[in-house]
Amino acid sequence: MIGISNIIFLIVAAIGIGLFVWQIRKIRKNVLMGRDLVLEDNPSERINKTLLVAFGQQKMFKRMLPAILHLFVYVGFLVINIEVLEILIDGIFGTHRVLGFMGPVYDGLMAVNEILAALVIIACVMFLWRRNVTRVPRLATGVEMRAWPRMDANVILITEIVLMFALFAFNIADLKLAELNGQELAGAFPVSQLFVNAFGSDAGTLATIASVGWWIHIIGILAFMNYLPSSKHFHIIMAFPNVYYSKLVPKGKFTTNPAITHEIKAMLDPSYQPPAPEVDAEGNPVMQRFGAKDVEDLTWKQLMDAYTCTECGRCTSVCPANITGKLLSPRKIVMDTRDRMEEKGEHPAIFRPNHYKEMGVERVETTEEKTLLRGYITPEELWACTTCNACVESCPVNIDQLSTIMDLRRYLVLEESAAPASLNAMFTNIENNGAPWAFPASDRFNWADELYLPSKN
Amino acid sequence: MEVNKKLIKVPTMAEMAANGQEPEVLFWVGCAGSFDDRYKRVTRAFVQILEHVGIKYAVLGTEESCTGEPAKRAGNEFLFQMQALTNIEVLNAYNIKKIVTACPHCFNTIKNEYPDLGGNYEVIHHSTFLQQLINEGKVHVQGGEAFKGQRITYHDSCYLGRANDIYEAPRDVLAALDADLVEMKRVRANGLCCGAGGAQMFKEPEPGRKDINVERTEEALATLGKGKGVIATACPFCMVMMSDGVKNKEQEENVKVFDIAELIAQAEGLTK
Repeated sequence: MIGISNIIFLIVAAIGIGLFVWQIRKIRKNVLMGRDLVLEDNPSERINKTLLVAFGQQKMFKRMLPAILHLFVYVGFLVINIEVLEILIDGIFGTHRVLGFMGPVYDGLMAVNEILAALVIIACVMFLWRRNVTRVPRLATGVEMRAWPRMDANVILITEIVLMFALFAFNIADLKLAELNGQELAGAFPVSQLFVNAFGSDAGTLATIASVGWWIHIIGILAFMNYLPSSKHFHIIMAFPNVYYSKLVPKGKFTTNPAITHEIKAMLDPSYQPPAPEVDAEGNPVMQRFGAKDVEDLTWKQLMDAYTCTECGRCTSVCPANITGKLLSPRKIVMDTRDRMEEKGEHPAIFRPNHYKEMGVERVETTEEKTLLRGYITPEELWACTTCNACVESCPVNIDQLSTIMDLRRYLVLEESAAPASLNAMFTNIENNGAPWAFPASDRFNWADELYLPSKN
Repeated sequence: MEVNKKLIKVPTMAEMAANGQEPEVLFWVGCAGSFDDRYKRVTRAFVQILEHVGIKYAVLGTEESCTGEPAKRAGNEFLFQMQALTNIEVLNAYNIKKIVTACPHCFNTIKNEYPDLGGNYEVIHHSTFLQQLINEGKVHVQGGEAFKGQRITYHDSCYLGRANDIYEAPRDVLAALDADLVEMKRVRANGLCCGAGGAQMFKEPEPGRKDINVERTEEALATLGKGKGVIATACPFCMVMMSDGVKNKEQEENVKVFDIAELIAQAEGLTK
């Protein structure tokens, strides 16, 4: 049964998959720009977290309505992929509904598929509504929500609706054709059943519609797959590894730089032998910056975070600095990291970064410097952070926005001595008095004077 | 019945070590607990509880120095490690095993960040410590009736809560009082910061619409409703920020800000 259409299909599928692999390799290269990071090895806890947070969407359920709508789309995506597998086999070998041999299982699968596809359409319409009509603040506002991210979100939702309609068109036409031929079509189609007469009863037209629906669905999926690397929708892949590589230690534990430890120990004890510095391929010592000025100073996990971000804005909507009108937006920090990475390294097929000069009043006074710090993220944003971990807690895909903010801050302080004057005063107090305030260390125990305990006699 | 007062002589590690003794627990006072006039009262209340229960404790006194936490959060890793390594040397020289502190920032840094630098101790925040005393029946809070009908709302400290997952201990401590506990909308993992963490305590806020502590205080006041009420905290920075917020809203007459240790010392009749 293999004919010209199967050859065409094979070519289209090969191009689609090849293009996708090529884009993924670019992204991998970008992520590996980052510094090494040795994560504590705890595979069972990591798998557990991945099952709960990524597969189980645990953190989505902090907000019930979007969680349920998102669940429809997510489960739809997982289950409809089984049908995509069938489409691939049918396409390559010219078979028709090749999985039909599974009988009642296939019936159940097709029925679930149809119901989920309908739910996906409903969810996507509601998501479009929330973005464009009721304009939920975290989705519609914020300096980082420029033309591209907003368009990106709408493109995703509309594409998903089109894909589902294509699937229904194929099923309806197929169903009607079978009915006209007096055959029993494998599978059960509770939704298509309702619209079985939608396309009339001309066999030629129906065959065309079935085939066009089938082609749009599969070409749509291949095109959509290649759109992912440029889009926030990339999270459907990245969420899983990103959650797997989550920070497992308490959120309050910030990283400690061992290079600084060696330096101080050598200062305090002249006989201390620090380990030999790392050398690169040419045998030159690797000089690493203290903190982060640009994307290559961040760890691969922080760069992976940037590719995982779905731009949902939950972090920004719970950020105390942002809530009270300060410039900081944790989502912007993550999106900027991705934009800068694409600018500095490779970029996928379509990617268009945020242009802060695009429109509106601009409070983010970036410079022309080609670095993450100042070129994208300004000190004012960094100094607004209270390190409260609300953003980290809120992220459904376990992004650690705070670690990036801290590393940028560290660069400002350690490499540029560019802390606000009041913080420099605090540093001086700690150095001189062992306290962040200007009290003499000798008064530290004065609180214990004249302290009594009542005793009943 | 006449109430006599006994002068407390707070034992230092130096004295204890000189007598060849070791405390059951070291009380890490922290800079706010040592120097901030408001938080010194919390330190004193906590020591009264320790004395009252009869636990063998000690403090470092003038040998204590800033943990380096504010420097670290501000990005000054060098100064943080200088402080940390110096403190660890002192703590290890005294063979300290168990530390209690009334500051979530000191607690977090000693518990989570000192181990990488050679400081390994069992670190307990005073909310957990008080919870244990109440559970063991060492503190009876018989005076808890004094709080009958009093509305109290607890403000989660970020460095206790999200940073270290301690949400229940301070609430359990407050539950021991006969008060009427009311929860704000943003609590526990979703709690709103007071605005002082990450070294914000030591600088002016960045330009914005309003101050974070005002935003949080408004929420607390709305939760407490009309009349008298208490905002309970378990952190020196939260204490300052919430007190300033209450002042900003001119509610000092109606709403008081207390640390959980002060409320327990009061209920235990120690602060007469």
